[in-house]
Amino acid sequence: MPKPSALRRVSETIWELPRSYKDGMLVPARIYATEKLVEEMDEGVFNQVTNVACLPGIVKYACCMPDGHWGYGFPIGGVAAMDTGKGVISPGGIGFDINCGMRLAVTDLTLGEVKPRIKELVDALFYRIPSGVGSTGLLRLDRHEFREALEEGSRWCLRKGYAWPEDIELTEERGCFEGADSSKVSEKAIERGFDQVGTLGSGNHYCEIQVARPENVFDEETARAFGFTLPDQVAIMFHCGSRGFGHQVATDYLQSFLKVMEPKYGIKVLDRELASAPFSSREGQDYWKAMKCAANMAFVNRQVILHRIREVFSAVFGRPPEDLGIRMVYDVTHNTAKVERHTVNGKETELLVHRKGATRAFPPGMKGLPEKYMQTGQPVIIGGSMETGSYLLAGLGTGKEAFYTTAHGSGRTMSRHHAKRMYRGSKLQHEMEARGIYVRSVTWGGLAEEAGAAYKKVDEVVEATESAGLSKRVLRLIPIGNIKG
Amino acid sequence: MPYRYLDEIATADVAFEATGKSLEEVFASAAEATLNVMIDEPERIEKKERVSVKLENRDRDMLLYDFLNELVYLKDAKKLLVRVESMDIKEGADGLSLEAELSGEELDPAKHPLGADVKAVTLHMFSLEKDENGWRAVAVLDI
Repeated sequence: MPKPSALRRVSETIWELPRSYKDGMLVPARIYATEKLVEEMDEGVFNQVTNVACLPGIVKYACCMPDGHWGYGFPIGGVAAMDTGKGVISPGGIGFDINCGMRLAVTDLTLGEVKPRIKELVDALFYRIPSGVGSTGLLRLDRHEFREALEEGSRWCLRKGYAWPEDIELTEERGCFEGADSSKVSEKAIERGFDQVGTLGSGNHYCEIQVARPENVFDEETARAFGFTLPDQVAIMFHCGSRGFGHQVATDYLQSFLKVMEPKYGIKVLDRELASAPFSSREGQDYWKAMKCAANMAFVNRQVILHRIREVFSAVFGRPPEDLGIRMVYDVTHNTAKVERHTVNGKETELLVHRKGATRAFPPGMKGLPEKYMQTGQPVIIGGSMETGSYLLAGLGTGKEAFYTTAHGSGRTMSRHHAKRMYRGSKLQHEMEARGIYVRSVTWGGLAEEAGAAYKKVDEVVEATESAGLSKRVLRLIPIGNIKG
Repeated sequence: MPYRYLDEIATADVAFEATGKSLEEVFASAAEATLNVMIDEPERIEKKERVSVKLENRDRDMLLYDFLNELVYLKDAKKLLVRVESMDIKEGADGLSLEAELSGEELDPAKHPLGADVKAVTLHMFSLEKDENGWRAVAVLDI
């Protein structure tokens, strides 16, 4: 679809829709993208990002990242910062899969050592990290333990022996959204999630074995600081979230907000999926505390998956994981709201930043970064499609206007059904194997849906983030093995 | 139970349109559309277990929303894939009430070719309307 005529080009990679574009817009909408990416964006992006610009208490801009596409409520790639005093919190601005995120770990292994064992590794990972519809984890928690995990996050994993101390340091928020209160989540949510710890889920969730080839390292010094020191070094990247538990928390509060939003608080929204409550209200605060439980569940989920990865590599290579050097690079969240301090009109202000399918990308020196990354800026993990490769980047000071946020993936351009009509999963698997990528999936259809051509080109998305000053490239990672939910 | 998937909406997720001559029929069509995202060949689900569902809501469309959410909940919490056996929707002055008998079986990847997990039913473009041909519902499922 042609881009809206009101869309004004602010710079090479920043586009703006003014407040006059739609009745009720409180701030302009900003889209970060190259001309090509903007031309390819679906109409949903422009409509949704301007709906977000109407939410009470929004400051500066409603933003959309270069991988933006049609979501529900917010566009995927949507960012909105609300004044914590006058603004709202919206479950639709966070998403159902609360704290869906990415984790990257390096190894001391190289391609030459891993390649001959790739099938063995992928098959073992496929068994040890259950995926697909309704899958349950190998870890059996009772409901009481699950509630503890919801409030403690990754610290719970450390206590139970599923984490190394440095894993906690290298997870966003140190693996725990403080203030999580499990009394604010429903029994239904607990029932949906307590047996899903250590599972991948389905859709675009995956776990991938990757290699950093020397020609794909763009910033050697930062790569070294992030743990990439060997030629052809092998890394493991995975993407998953808070599973059925988080989905139910979001569903519960979406329903509860709809009941009070207009009658009690006089808030009107342009899409029911944007249901909101004042952040300072009882309903807003209850969701905030429940959302934190879901965010913590996702940290626990990814931490237990890392534990499984260490077990699998250790079993296949017959060496302890410490000896194989399976160390965290970082864990980033995608679907969250967080209280952060940003400069608005020259004044430092406390804001509730909603990021839906977008990655926080703090610059060097920013409070909240682990000591290890104070000089480099925050590692940013951008997953590409399973066929094309992914990127490791670093946060930049120039990302200020976007509340230090960058893209989260390549962004879909083709619907799932369209992709299934275009590709056959079994054929795709053989073609990928011939190109050196061994992939396992619980479903052929699911594999076809994730075909590389169903996504924007990750290289273009990443170039756009760099050109817009949101994050800079450190290295590119090429897949050699993949398990897909 | 007629339904079709809408490719042009919400690229990363799945949108569908379900239709029916009566409210009960459109609810059952929407349930089938949701089920068919999660597994192929829903007609192969055997009637091994029964679940009774009772729901109330002031609004018709939100009653459908609650009903579809119930199916998503059963999939995760009970590992159950269910189809509608019978359903009765009553409209009164205070709103609507639904009583449904659902039947199905536990999810078995060896038997049911898996599709994509439905995380949630979204309210984006969610609608339930009546025209001269009967009822029509549109929903976007988060995948």
